[in-house]
Amino acid sequence: MKNKKRWLSLVLAAAMAATALTGCGKSSDDKSDSAGSDSKAEVFKIGGIGPITGDNAIYGKAVQNGIELAVKEINEAGGINGYQVETKFEDDESDPEKAVNAYNTLKDWGMQMLTGTVTSGPCEAVVSETYNDNMFQITPSGTSVNSVQYENAFRMCFSDPAQGTVSAQYIADHNLATKIAVIYNSSDTYSSGIYQNFAAEAKNQGLELVAEEAFTSESNKDFSVQLQKAKDAGAEMVFLPIYYQEASLILAKADEMGFAPLFFGCDGMDGILAMDNFDTSLAEGLMLLTPFSVNATDEATQNFVADFEEAYGGIPNQFAADAYDAVYVIKAAAEQADLTPDMSASDICDAMKTAMTEITYDGLTGKSITWGTDGEPSKEPIAVKIENGDYTIM
Amino acid sequence: MKKLSKTTKSNFITYGIVVAALIVGQVWANSGSMSSLLKGLLVPLCAYMILAVSLNLTVGILGELSLGHAGFMCVGAFSSALFSKMTMDSLPEGVRFLIAILIGALVAGIFGILIGIPVLRLRGDYLAIVTLAFGEIIKNVINAIYVGKDANGLHFSLKSVTELNMDPEGTILINGPQGISGTPKDSSFLAGMILLLIALIIILNLINSRAGRAIMSIRDNRIAAESVGINVTKYKMMAFSISAALAGVAGVLYAHNLSSLVASPKNFGYNMSIMILVFVVLGGIGNIRGSMIAAFILTLLPEMLRGLSDYRMLIYAIVLIVMMLFNWSAGGRRFKERVAEKFRGMRKGPAKEAK
Amino acid sequence: MSLKDFGGTRFSVYKKRSEGEQMSFISYLINGISLGSVYAIIALGYTMVYGIAKMLNFAHGDVIMVGGFVTFTAMTSAGMHPLAAVLLSAVACTVLGVVIERIAYKPLRSASPLAVLITAIGVSYFLQNLALLIFGADTKTFQSVISFDGISLAGGQLKISGVTLVTIAACIIIVVGLTLFIRRTKAGQAMLAVSEDRGAAQLMGINVNGTIALTFAIGSALAAIAGVLLCSAYPSLNPYTGSMPGIKAFVAAVFGGIGSIPGAMLGGILLGIIEILAKAYISSQLADAIVFAVLIVVLLVKPTGIFGKKIQEKV
Repeated sequence: MKNKKRWLSLVLAAAMAATALTGCGKSSDDKSDSAGSDSKAEVFKIGGIGPITGDNAIYGKAVQNGIELAVKEINEAGGINGYQVETKFEDDESDPEKAVNAYNTLKDWGMQMLTGTVTSGPCEAVVSETYNDNMFQITPSGTSVNSVQYENAFRMCFSDPAQGTVSAQYIADHNLATKIAVIYNSSDTYSSGIYQNFAAEAKNQGLELVAEEAFTSESNKDFSVQLQKAKDAGAEMVFLPIYYQEASLILAKADEMGFAPLFFGCDGMDGILAMDNFDTSLAEGLMLLTPFSVNATDEATQNFVADFEEAYGGIPNQFAADAYDAVYVIKAAAEQADLTPDMSASDICDAMKTAMTEITYDGLTGKSITWGTDGEPSKEPIAVKIENGDYTIM
Repeated sequence: MKKLSKTTKSNFITYGIVVAALIVGQVWANSGSMSSLLKGLLVPLCAYMILAVSLNLTVGILGELSLGHAGFMCVGAFSSALFSKMTMDSLPEGVRFLIAILIGALVAGIFGILIGIPVLRLRGDYLAIVTLAFGEIIKNVINAIYVGKDANGLHFSLKSVTELNMDPEGTILINGPQGISGTPKDSSFLAGMILLLIALIIILNLINSRAGRAIMSIRDNRIAAESVGINVTKYKMMAFSISAALAGVAGVLYAHNLSSLVASPKNFGYNMSIMILVFVVLGGIGNIRGSMIAAFILTLLPEMLRGLSDYRMLIYAIVLIVMMLFNWSAGGRRFKERVAEKFRGMRKGPAKEAK
Repeated sequence: MSLKDFGGTRFSVYKKRSEGEQMSFISYLINGISLGSVYAIIALGYTMVYGIAKMLNFAHGDVIMVGGFVTFTAMTSAGMHPLAAVLLSAVACTVLGVVIERIAYKPLRSASPLAVLITAIGVSYFLQNLALLIFGADTKTFQSVISFDGISLAGGQLKISGVTLVTIAACIIIVVGLTLFIRRTKAGQAMLAVSEDRGAAQLMGINVNGTIALTFAIGSALAAIAGVLLCSAYPSLNPYTGSMPGIKAFVAAVFGGIGSIPGAMLGGILLGIIEILAKAYISSQLADAIVFAVLIVVLLVKPTGIFGKKIQEKV
């Protein structure tokens, strides 16, 4: 008898889920109806995937907002090739399996091009799906090499090797330090990817890695040991290929310990100055390689920052900028290829693959960017230094 | 005699549900009218159902709370993915996948025995925390393993890729936190459902066998069971390792459904272990069919709620709490009893409730 | 026993070391105690609720996060004095704890303990996602509520931060306070009775539901204080801040013998020290695994934790 009752509740839950499904199905239909009379042929559908819940939600949110802002602007300016653009963003919780689910949801929606995914691990899982379906994909921020391993996939940001290798070269070229400590997140694909490439190149450049200390997402609060070891080993510089949340704790701890080496970060470090309530004096002298700086004086960046702040209340980070650029890159390539929304996703992909290698793009995260068939952008990272609470380009 | 026939009947209903789901799923998928989302979910659904029924063996039948089930899944996933990646060019797909399944089950089963030896000496919440600890250890260690292959053979390291000392043309098989990439996608709905059916046959037959009754007697009263001469350690180990091996099989399905495999807190951490436990408790502790159905619904639910965008996980949490209260609270039970009045005379449920 | 071995080998290594390395070792120990004191204060709330209500309240870590956010908002948006903000957050968490207990746990009082565990997980998801909607996903820098600088030893080479001292003092006050409360007051005696035998307590005329609600109220107020101290020690705050320290504190509580109040404090501090020493001397990549391995060994030697009660088995 008890089981019967349990069943009943499960059926009830299923009914709830089904109601939710049909309910939302309807609402999204309404939306597309209002966008155009014959939504199928009149609009481009660009999907986005990233974590908007879970630990990495902040990056996914930034990308979601960046895409939205770009699409809004493009639509106001007349769309792509005269067609309006629709966008939809799905949550992947930064999990490969959920990312594939998100991708399939977007396919059901009628996605023609994908801007995603935000994080590397899920990106590797999704890229093999888009490759099988021949769906055009550009990742705003998936840095691992395998994220764009197929010819249908392109990247907006730097790859792990680009960041790790370039950082080591930059440090050696500018004689910033010879004794270097690294603190990286060994449970994170992005961080360990950069670390590996950095370590390999540092060897070639004759830099000495005096301490290579890891932490994991499970123990990312206390950094006293890692810093103590770096200090004891006499490190002149601490290389931090990590995200800024943890970096802010490291900087605060180092300050407390009276340990003041040079700190050097990668693109994940961008955003540290925008942290709510963060004491920016801690980040004084921090150097980072980043594609984007909110303080850049060009008009495009300033407009972007102002519009972003107005729409979402907060300073955009490089994730938002990369996403914003990615949408404009899609626009540029789509115009190059003369795409129309009535083409199938696969035809669009074929056309975009060629067009991507033909365009040269000037954006927020780089000037005159071109792409090779391997999907890598030709971007020069800008080294910036934090001085007086602001980025200064070095 | 009458009771036995009822159990058998109930088991056949369970098998029947699986076979029917298999047929419906196959026909629907082939008809082309199934959404891509659902198509993509078919294999994960199988994996989660296997996980749920296998954990129910530990929690419901053996009566021990395990919070480390994802660890066995992780071991099965990585061992089999490593095998498949190494033999990608030398074995045909079907044979390779079959061996991969066996490897995943075997390795996870061995881990089940190794972990079971210390763990099963403990009781209650202490046992739970130690299984959680083992699950976290497995994930943490896998994130530190580097394996490479070159002309000189296999290389291992627990530190970094550079420590592997490989030839430049060697390939890295497991790259620490970046896991295994380029695993062949061998999993299919058919294979998943067959594995689920096998898992069910193993578990349901075990429950109704002499060994199963011994296991349940340990659950109900360990001292009494011991006093009538039941070898407590042996039966506990049996249930625990079978449960682990089946979780390993689910891991194989999981690993061969995605082209890349990483051990993140999301997929193999304690969060996943707890998620599987949610399936079991919601579906009914000891009720194999219930946990299978709960796994099905709770895996679909967050995907179905995607339309709610930002509110999705919040609503999911509320639905979970409401379902728990509805199923387990005194008020919810009374309500269900009243409803159940109307169903009186229908078949009585199969398995006994725990405790 | 394993712990002694562990410390022993370390000691012999450390003796051969130079003075600088000795200094490092001592500073690692201090760091371990700092981290451990934070685990300890979280574990106190965990263990108290477990001891009396006999449930693993997986949402405890998320109540901590709520405590952090209330304090943060009160200080930055309303410009409140830190102490007033902490008080406000303690009140808010107490109310939250009682409400959670009333809505989600009380109806399941007679159900399987596992059912309550799962509901607690549901509550944990709920709090995380609600915080995500209200406060957003971005990490906030928490301004320490402790303005006191701490002390320097050995000519400034070793430093114990103010937060650490306050946390340890808070732990001791809480341990003593709770122990006195349970031993000396009527409500405390009622708690003890409920934890020993709920049915018998009820027969003796003790208001079991009221007692359990009181336990949650106290446990949640402790969570608010723990949240403030956690965020003061490690000044970053986001909707997931509480979950991992919550799990670690759970481990600490088990370590010390779950249900035992001094055990939770000792367990927390030991866990912190083991974690730091494992990172420092064995492997920073494998530190988590080592911590859990030590826990397993301790539990195998003492199956109910360091201060745990022996479980009497009845047929």
